[in-house]
Amino acid sequence: MNKIPSTISLGIRRGGLEIRQFSRQRESVVFTLLFPVILLVIFGSVFTDTIAPNVTFSQYFVAGMIASGLVNTGFQALAITIPLERDFGALKRLRGTPMPASSYFIGKAILVSVSMVIQILMLLGFGTIFFGVDMPTDINKWITFTWLTLLGSACSTALGIAFSIVPKSGRGASAVVSPIVIILQFFSGVFLIYTQLPSWMQQFAALFPLKWLTQGMRSVFLPDSFATQEVAKSWENGKTFLILLVWLVVGIFFSVRKFKWDRD
Amino acid sequence: MNAIEVKGLHKSYGAVQAVRGIDLSIATGEIFALLGPNGAGKTTTVEILEGFRSRDSGDVSVLGFDPHDEGAGAREWRNRIGIVLQSTSDSGDLSVGETIEHFSGYYSNPRNVEEVINSVGLDEKAGSLIRKLSGGQRRRLDVALGIIGNPELLFLDEPTTGFDPEARRSFWALIQKLRSDGTTILLTTHYLDEAEALADRVGVINEGKIIEISTPIELGGRSTAQALVSWREGSHTKSLATDNPTAVVNKLTTQFNGEIPELTVTRPSLEDIYLKMIGVTHE
Repeated sequence: MNKIPSTISLGIRRGGLEIRQFSRQRESVVFTLLFPVILLVIFGSVFTDTIAPNVTFSQYFVAGMIASGLVNTGFQALAITIPLERDFGALKRLRGTPMPASSYFIGKAILVSVSMVIQILMLLGFGTIFFGVDMPTDINKWITFTWLTLLGSACSTALGIAFSIVPKSGRGASAVVSPIVIILQFFSGVFLIYTQLPSWMQQFAALFPLKWLTQGMRSVFLPDSFATQEVAKSWENGKTFLILLVWLVVGIFFSVRKFKWDRD
Repeated sequence: MNAIEVKGLHKSYGAVQAVRGIDLSIATGEIFALLGPNGAGKTTTVEILEGFRSRDSGDVSVLGFDPHDEGAGAREWRNRIGIVLQSTSDSGDLSVGETIEHFSGYYSNPRNVEEVINSVGLDEKAGSLIRKLSGGQRRRLDVALGIIGNPELLFLDEPTTGFDPEARRSFWALIQKLRSDGTTILLTTHYLDEAEALADRVGVINEGKIIEISTPIELGGRSTAQALVSWREGSHTKSLATDNPTAVVNKLTTQFNGEIPELTVTRPSLEDIYLKMIGVTHE
């Protein structure tokens, strides 16, 4: 008798399958991967001003779009597609096999990470070539960028899986999830400059991870001199780390405890 | 040891008592068919056995394991069972071969992927995307995914819905082959001829209780029920219910001096018996 494959190796198998499945859904590939770039092209073409010495709107916007991409590919995509899989009965079928829930979650995390990497490369590529976005030269900034992306992806994935229990049906999921994301994007300084928002909006946004991801990405892509223009007069990266970590734990807790395999 | 052992099973949804005290033993290697109208508690019972639903009370043992347990043993247990659900589907962006191959990786001792594809008759469709399959072909894929793990116990919930007659026959042959390999099978079906062709024993469930468990031949006193002899006499069709159909036929042979016009001798079909048991009369 052979042993049942390990949770990790099944998770990697799931990841491969998720990527293959995703790559065959042309609409979602275009929407998920190209949409941030399209937004960059629109906003970068409309707002050509500088918002501070040596800081173009495009520079500000790229930081926001990368942060927001983490929320779109993780939280938004999963909270919409998982209820669909549940409606199909695909989750129930998986539940009846020896594949553990954690492997399913790992597979989703792999899918999110891979699409995030592609999205970041496209945003940075387009940004530098067409909109004069400057890449950071300081190695520390790239270290910040790396942990922000990893922690942000993990957090966004966990929260997307956790939130997938909220929509009653796959068809209605998008109507529940998308407005939340769009409102958070406006409130968190993705499309608009955060410091120019009313303070109630800022305080509301500060409860959720997107505001912190966006601010963290600004610390990577904007000059340090810009930090004084932030609400707290600094980048607050330590605080960002803690807040993302708390949301990650919350996401994992609800994913593991409350995940629904079956409609009803 | 029995593959499935159920004692005093109860399950309610709010005020509705779906299962009201079910006792059931299914022997290892047996094909057992559970029959019953919609809403009789069939699906609830089977889903409790499959580990999808909790129960209110009663003892349940499936391959010596309580399906409600979620500990380390649950994976080992699921590794030994196969489930073909009533309605499953997916986005359909994978091919038949890719899907079966992927699912085979979940199990410790899977069957050969190609053999399974052949055995459900999807060999010509192995490279097709699932969304391009017909309803019956999808159902065969469901069955393939249920048996790929080489299960000791297989749950089949209305497996041949949407099959054409030829596909049903070849599916029956597949199930008989699984049985000869020693697989225990719990089948729920609406098709009485399917139960008759496959099952060693059938259980009829109605209003949350098992009314009778028997072999298909003996169910509801079928084997000892009166036979119906009918024939044409002039312009009328005559019929006679009797315990001794042979004697009646003999008498008629003498009466007609040879061939009896439009002679039939029938015993109640499983369907007749079943419908009588669940309180439905023929129209």
